[in-house]
Amino acid sequence: MLKNRIIPCLDVKNGRVVKGINFVELKDAGDPVEQAKIYSDSGADEICFLDITASNENRDTIIEIVRKTAKECFVPLTVGGGVRNIQNITDLLLAGADKVSINTAAVNNVNFVKKASKKFGSQCIVVAIDAKKVSENKWEVFTHGGRNKTGIDAVEFAIKVEENGAGEILLTSMDKDGTKSGYDIDLLKTITNRTNIPVIASGGVGTLDHFYDGIVKGGASAVLAASIFHYGEYKIKDAKEYLNSKNVSVRL
Amino acid sequence: MNVIIVDYQSGNISSVINSFTEVAIGKVNIDVASDINKIKSCDKIVLPGQGSFKSCVDSLNSISGLVDTLKEFAITNKKPLLGICVGLQMFADIGYEEAETKGLGWISGKVSKIDNQKGKYKLPHIGWNEIDIKKNSKLFKDIKNKSHMYFVHSYEFIPEDKSVISATTDYSSKIVCSVERDNLFGTQFHPEKSDKTGLKIIENFLKL
Repeated sequence: MLKNRIIPCLDVKNGRVVKGINFVELKDAGDPVEQAKIYSDSGADEICFLDITASNENRDTIIEIVRKTAKECFVPLTVGGGVRNIQNITDLLLAGADKVSINTAAVNNVNFVKKASKKFGSQCIVVAIDAKKVSENKWEVFTHGGRNKTGIDAVEFAIKVEENGAGEILLTSMDKDGTKSGYDIDLLKTITNRTNIPVIASGGVGTLDHFYDGIVKGGASAVLAASIFHYGEYKIKDAKEYLNSKNVSVRL
Repeated sequence: MNVIIVDYQSGNISSVINSFTEVAIGKVNIDVASDINKIKSCDKIVLPGQGSFKSCVDSLNSISGLVDTLKEFAITNKKPLLGICVGLQMFADIGYEEAETKGLGWISGKVSKIDNQKGKYKLPHIGWNEIDIKKNSKLFKDIKNKSHMYFVHSYEFIPEDKSVISATTDYSSKIVCSVERDNLFGTQFHPEKSDKTGLKIIENFLKL
């Protein structure tokens, strides 16, 4: 049967990991390639890079990182952040990314999702949705790292990106992100019930049982986390063994 | 030994190139090409494929003489060829993704959408799934049954002759995930993205 995926996410800024692994054995704590390799060797099911470089001039840096990582990591690599046009996607895929994650550009123009999935195949188009709760069972899409309100309903938007060819949805709760209090289960449950493509849960993991809740209660196909792994609190293996002990199938 | 990864603009083949280059040791030379003369004279072929069945078949057909050359290589001369994902699916007679499209017709059968049982199963089938090895296969030498492989697809190959099936995987039904006949091999999963086990499969192909 299909296994639930655990995906560590590395935030990269100007070529350096900002929220990164804090392991003592690291030669260079800011090197994204080295960190991706550690995750891949320790059983990560996929690796995710989020490029938070603000300026366009530094876009080439992430391409170079992807190129180096892809030569050493033989698990799927997803890259997001600043993906605005077909050329951005082409560049990332040619460098060795397997999937790209589109956020603001998809909100601005959902037709871009359609164009991209038609050109490259749905298998490599992930749409990242940042959602914030506005009232009971109602969430709104935000862009620019949660700064910009769009007025778009998150559930309706999720359905719309599926219709336009997205292969997966990376769903981040802006309310939960960074809180370590667990995923927004209601948000996850609502979106996984209303869509037929895999949903990756993101934002809020603090303990291992949050992974369990995301998968079992929220219906997520994959769980993404950053800080819980970076600071060495838990290893990927700990998360997998915990889930396995609770009868959630994972790749061991 | 010269191995060619066929580049027919079928989408992203960087990962295939990276993993084959990683495994290719010693006398194996990996080349990426669509040149017919190069293909004719090589020892092994890798046929990747991403995107839809139709777009892959159309791209293959757009390179003059390519389909005939591949057929002569793999079917007439029975030299080793490995199809990956849509590369495998194209072995079929017909595919139904986007529009009804004629395949290469190397292994009789069709490529249809996975039955997701009215939404009970998510599509695409993305992630790690176990393979159930069905027959003694050169590709699976030293690969344990129930090994995990990385999948990403919404369509499945249904061959008429079940004896070509070398492995299946369990999703909404038993999905054919690997075929083998003579020196013709195909995997629905992505060995190039399947960690160390996937690299082992690539090594097995290169060692044939």
